[in-house]
Amino acid sequence: MKTVFKKTPVLTDTIMHYCPGCGHGIVHRLVAEVIEELGIQNKTIGFVPVGCAVFGYKYFNIDCVEAAHGRAPAAATGCKRVNPENIVFTYQGDGDLASIGAAEIVHAAHRGEKITTIFINNAIYGMTGGQMAPTTLVGQKTTTSPYGRDPEHCGKPIRIAEMIATIEGAAYVERVSVDCVPNIIKAKAAIKKAFQCQIDRKGFALVEVLSSCPTNWGKSPAEAMDWIKSDMIPYYPLGVKKDTTNE
Amino acid sequence: MAKKLMKGSEAIPEAAIQAGCRFFFGYPITPQNDIPEYMSARLPKVGGCFLQAESEVAAINMVYGAAAAGARVMTSSSSPGVSLKQEGISYIAGAELPCVICNMMRGGPGLGSIQPSQGDYFQATKGGGHGDYHLIVLAPSSVQEAVDLMHTAFDLADIYRTPVMLLADGIIGQMMEPVEFHEHEKRELPDKPWAVTGYDPNGTKPRAIVNSLYIEVDELQEMNDRLQARYKEIQEKEVMVEKYNTEGAEVIICAYGTVARICKSAIALCAEKGVKVGLVRPITLWPFPEKELVEVMAQPSVKRELTVEISAGQMHEDVRLAINGSKPTDFYGKPGSYTPTAEEIAEYILKTREA
Amino acid sequence: MVSKVTIDENRCKGCGLCVRACPKKIMQLSKTKLNEKGYHPAEVTDQEACIACASCARTCPDAVITVEKE
Repeated sequence: MKTVFKKTPVLTDTIMHYCPGCGHGIVHRLVAEVIEELGIQNKTIGFVPVGCAVFGYKYFNIDCVEAAHGRAPAAATGCKRVNPENIVFTYQGDGDLASIGAAEIVHAAHRGEKITTIFINNAIYGMTGGQMAPTTLVGQKTTTSPYGRDPEHCGKPIRIAEMIATIEGAAYVERVSVDCVPNIIKAKAAIKKAFQCQIDRKGFALVEVLSSCPTNWGKSPAEAMDWIKSDMIPYYPLGVKKDTTNE
Repeated sequence: MAKKLMKGSEAIPEAAIQAGCRFFFGYPITPQNDIPEYMSARLPKVGGCFLQAESEVAAINMVYGAAAAGARVMTSSSSPGVSLKQEGISYIAGAELPCVICNMMRGGPGLGSIQPSQGDYFQATKGGGHGDYHLIVLAPSSVQEAVDLMHTAFDLADIYRTPVMLLADGIIGQMMEPVEFHEHEKRELPDKPWAVTGYDPNGTKPRAIVNSLYIEVDELQEMNDRLQARYKEIQEKEVMVEKYNTEGAEVIICAYGTVARICKSAIALCAEKGVKVGLVRPITLWPFPEKELVEVMAQPSVKRELTVEISAGQMHEDVRLAINGSKPTDFYGKPGSYTPTAEEIAEYILKTREA
Repeated sequence: MVSKVTIDENRCKGCGLCVRACPKKIMQLSKTKLNEKGYHPAEVTDQEACIACASCARTCPDAVITVEKE
């Protein structure tokens, strides 16, 4: 028998702590598969965030650094500047990257830092118990917007991929989704391109991944994936926001 | 090597480079801007990297990442900027990474002033950020000593896997003095197998994980026990102190940094009046030279102690803890940025003697 | 087509995303089994109908599915 699909060895055998149906597991696997396919396991360093992916170092079978909340792009910068031959990526959620770490991600892009960022947008704070994120949709109920996000009170959700794409130093920015298999396949291709961008020293690359948080959304895993399609994608359009890798 | 006339905040980065520092991440703030400026000119010439970060917060996290990769790395700032770095410093301490942080103290609290101060003693010696940790804190009182201590700072950081702070005041940074860059005694330095440089699943080196998260109570306890054991070892082995004119003194001054030099002039003025005053100058503020101070104070000739600081008496608390009520202690100084003169210190000593 | 879907049952969290993804509708969460973690693991109801597209494996957040074919 020929293997069509099996778990990549770039993921450890540790069972992930994520809730059933959480998109993080899918994205972890995609990142690990890309690292395996590019043959860069022995030189890739992962910088994991504070948030649900805080234990990422247990799952990625590579050297890892746990960064302070929002600071992964700065910490990754320090590492990449010391060992430019390493492939350095950050894996960050929307509280981490779009809120507390907004300055660090903007300036990593602004410097054209030769790192790769995987940004998980699930429109909520997961680890702390479902609070409102900068990416929470208008009207979406969270534990700190119990009546639904009111744009008069706290603005409209921030579109990170579009924002980063306006920065000169960003070489490749794409938004993808893991709501269905075709989109998962596209997401993997985008993540691969973002790593290739670093290998080719083209500049900063960011992939925003629309992902699910069934527990804090109060939905079943399948309903959560449907909600990405029905509610998130219309506000957060998928696609390449910037690509100068061929220039 | 011949002596060179150099400003403190240029001699310090030069000494860091000579100590093997090749990476510097910083953010502009007065009065320490000469340090990043010097580094920005010199580091690219020696195969290193200077990077101006978007904030002090980012700078200390770049230090975290560079230290995790195994580099000798440094940042510098001044009081308000060092406050911003505290989160990162706690993470560096928790992740057991070596680095050097230079704080050219200015007046506070808040935006304060840009004049010299010693108001960050608590922040530097008691931890500064969250959690049970210490920095090794080195306090030079001359440009030459700052140069010599840079080597010590990087070595201690590597040996004990801890952040080390060079705590100077704005005077050290701005003052020009003759300095000599001489060979330093080489200490035995450990390897860095914990550094993240890439994991080969077929190799012998285990996967490196740099982390300060220990969600299990027992594991966090183990990490803290490891830190506390290390701090105990540092307290036993690494105390540095200068004792000046203490033999048979009536009054012992305790002071550090440039204030200690002013106190030496005050001691000379007191001697002219026939009063013998000595000085205990901690060079390591943490570990504090408790034993050494107690020994000096135990002399029968010593009647009392006087701490002099540009603060509201921050180090004085450690002095009182050390002396523990065995002899009277007193404090002279003001918070903010007021640097006392030798004359007024001498006058205060003589006046309080009569009282 | 001869194909084989293997599910590492004790790692499965019973999220059902594979059930949702399967184009042949031959996956379900077990109605009888509970795994070590207390979840109803996924299972294949009709292996012969499987086309080895690996949609189940590609959507699985816990990487518990292996797909093979002749």
